[in-house]
Amino acid sequence: MPSLGADMAEGTLVQWNVKPGDPVKRGDIIAVVGTEKADIEVEVYETGTVERLIAKPGEKLPVGTPLAMIRVEGEAAVPAVPEAATVKPVVRLRASPMARKLAQELGVDLEKVQGTGPGGVIERHDVEKAAEQAVKPPTKPETPAPPSEPQASMRHAIALAMARSNREIPHYYLSTQIDMSKALKWLEGFNQPRSIENRVLPAALLLKAVARGLMQVPELNGFWIEDQLKVSSEIHLGVAISLRRGGLMIPAILSAQQKSVEELMAGLRDVITRARSGRLRSSEITEGTITVTNLGDLGVETVYGVIYPPQVALVGFGKIVERPWADQGMLGVRPVLTATVAADHRATDGHRGAQFLQALDSLLQEPEKL
Amino acid sequence: MTETEVRQAIFDALGQIAPEADPRKIRPEENLREALDIDSFDFLNLLIGLHQRLGVQIPEADYGQLTTLSALVRYLSSKLPASGM
Repeated sequence: MPSLGADMAEGTLVQWNVKPGDPVKRGDIIAVVGTEKADIEVEVYETGTVERLIAKPGEKLPVGTPLAMIRVEGEAAVPAVPEAATVKPVVRLRASPMARKLAQELGVDLEKVQGTGPGGVIERHDVEKAAEQAVKPPTKPETPAPPSEPQASMRHAIALAMARSNREIPHYYLSTQIDMSKALKWLEGFNQPRSIENRVLPAALLLKAVARGLMQVPELNGFWIEDQLKVSSEIHLGVAISLRRGGLMIPAILSAQQKSVEELMAGLRDVITRARSGRLRSSEITEGTITVTNLGDLGVETVYGVIYPPQVALVGFGKIVERPWADQGMLGVRPVLTATVAADHRATDGHRGAQFLQALDSLLQEPEKL
Repeated sequence: MTETEVRQAIFDALGQIAPEADPRKIRPEENLREALDIDSFDFLNLLIGLHQRLGVQIPEADYGQLTTLSALVRYLSSKLPASGM
């Protein structure tokens, strides 16, 4: 059972896509696993032959439990779905794998089910509702529905991760105000000749500044594992994305330090779209080395974040607001952004956190160099 | 294109972004982003969707005007050829 996040303790095998004796090659999707947040298709990491299927569909298993044995070409059989297993997005257009399986078990015709997922996708609770309605017609007037199972599961997963964070991580918080005049002016000129599809939002520019800032203060980019800081050489920016039906996911834009502002914008649009339609890959869910959360759209000015373990920092951005700003004895009005960092005091001290915010400010004063 | 057709195009574009919402329930002067809980990415996607549906160019400088359904209808209608009806 692959681990798909700090908050995942177990998963349910939904279905096998292979049987004993089937040849498989690296990257093939061999199974579907249900987690608290989504159903995910699991890839195999070895090329060989399926020797034995150990887990049965419907079984709930702890992370790390072997699901199957794969005989690698010329070697002894190895457990399939190792910890590093990755998954591919669920590409079914109309119904999630769990919904399909449940529909088959309950004898529900998916053609007659109204999907309530993103884009009308039929989800497990839609099938359960359809099955329930088929056996007992409603006798009461409509009452507010309790949270659906997926919402409750999502809440539970978030609760586990955040409780662990508050229990284990000694947070410290720092904030600074950044004059965004130059950054916004530069962005305006950058966007002016571009078609609407290729325009860049300030959020992407901020991600670029974070990636560059982390190159100057790498101790904020990594994990606290086995009582020590493990700095990551790659910067995988986890971006907190709220889902329209409630809850949030933190997919990562991988190797952000190598991406241009335009590429970060494209990456951001891509992960937001797929997070909201339930089509994320496990590598995106599990590999974030730091989290960035931007609540400016909701009018929030300052974000005091909770670190997503085992990461060691979270960068928060609020709304860009016009503020009186004194500069070299002159008072003017400037667009001002409050940037914060919540960091793990086991991994860094406030001095390094402050240097990161200072770097962020400096970088945003020379946006053309980002 | 009539205002009704423009409004329908907006509803269709919103349907892609907020499928769970019923945009017909939005009051004309209500703030669209607040009413539908649309963030800046969704808003950009809405404008991209309208550009693709209607062929209207929407400069970034005009985004600030497009806060309500009625403002959006007025803006797009003024950029489109009249229906002749």
